[in-house]
Amino acid sequence: MHELQVTEQILEIALKHVEGQDVSRIVNIHLRIGDLTDLEGEWIQHYFDYLSKGTLAENAKLEIEQVPIVLACEDCGAHFKVTKHELGEAKCPECQDDEPNFRMISGREYTVMNLEVV
Amino acid sequence: MNEIRLIEVKQDIHADNEALANELRQRLRKEQTFLLNLMSSPGAGKTTTILSTISALGDDLRVGVIEADIDSMVDAEKVAAQGISTIQLRTGGFCHLDASMVKRGLEGLDLDNLDAVIIENVGNLVCPAEFDTGAIKNAMILSVPEGDDKPLKYPLMFSVCDVLLVNKIDYLEFADFDLAALRQRALRLNPTLQIFEISAKTGAGIEAWADWFRREAGAFLSS
Ligand SMILES: Nc1nc2c(ncn2[C@@H]2O[C@H](COP(=O)(O)OP(=O)(O)OP(=O)(O)O)[C@@H](O)[C@H]2O)c(=O)[nH]1
Ligand SMILES: [Mg+2]
Ligand SMILES: [Zn+2]
Repeated sequence: MHELQVTEQILEIALKHVEGQDVSRIVNIHLRIGDLTDLEGEWIQHYFDYLSKGTLAENAKLEIEQVPIVLACEDCGAHFKVTKHELGEAKCPECQDDEPNFRMISGREYTVMNLEVV
Repeated sequence: MNEIRLIEVKQDIHADNEALANELRQRLRKEQTFLLNLMSSPGAGKTTTILSTISALGDDLRVGVIEADIDSMVDAEKVAAQGISTIQLRTGGFCHLDASMVKRGLEGLDLDNLDAVIIENVGNLVCPAEFDTGAIKNAMILSVPEGDDKPLKYPLMFSVCDVLLVNKIDYLEFADFDLAALRQRALRLNPTLQIFEISAKTGAGIEAWADWFRREAGAFLSS
């Protein structure tokens, strides 16, 4: 729901990283976004196309790499993937503990990884 | 034809907000003000709970309120009518508060004469979970009519909170709400979550929750 604000941040970060460099335009922006976040990739691209008009990032493609939610079981050390909606009922596939203790290894990423520029 | 080059960035999209949130926490420590961020769906009982909490705290703590409302003053007026220092943030179309908005809110309150501030965040279980407001503790309300399956639908919110208030327990007898299942799901997402069952309307359970507030604020103010 806050795709617009997130998109503004992406554009700002991208433009800051090409400032003062010999770049004629940004072609691709590579993002890593965790599955636990609720961002809609399609909306981000729409907003981006709108916000980036007239900047070096105009027409840039956002390449979104979704990062799965990975939990670590604190009881036996196993790592395993779950979907967002399985989280509240997750069970460790290794030890099957009834009162598990999980730590999240990945799934909350929100990162601008790199830019492809010409 | 120019060759494509790669520029490494590796920057978190929320980095600026997080830096500001950390700055706010430092300032709160200096100002000696405890800050609680209260989140929930629309109508779960944020405003009612804030009023009954402040009334239960009595003279122990001087508490102010930051009200976020999409485009009205209804809640701010209700709170201010009880003689509580209140500031209204107009969030326009925003679906959450971030640290910069909370900073403005804090600047509008007389922190010298307040021991604690409660933020009523925008009513929504999705977006507020993703933005650090600079609060010292985070709490959420889930009300009985919303159902016990909400941890499955909004896992992030349950995992970022220190406290879950299960509100409107006066509705329990009319609802097929499984408290044990809710507890299990919520604790699976967040094993250290403190859960209080309350009715902001009848006052049931408010004392235990107000005790938690007193204890946490006291620990923060004396640290
Ligand atoms: N029966 C019952 N009703 C409650 C309880 N707590 C709040 N309500 C009622 O629920 C309605 C919504 O409460 P609010 O406190 O305005 O909820 P809110 O979360 O602040 O709502 P928004 O600010 O609009 O998102 C009001 O009619 C309250 O009187 C409760 O414990 N039991
Ligand atoms: Mg309200
Ligand atoms: Zn295990």
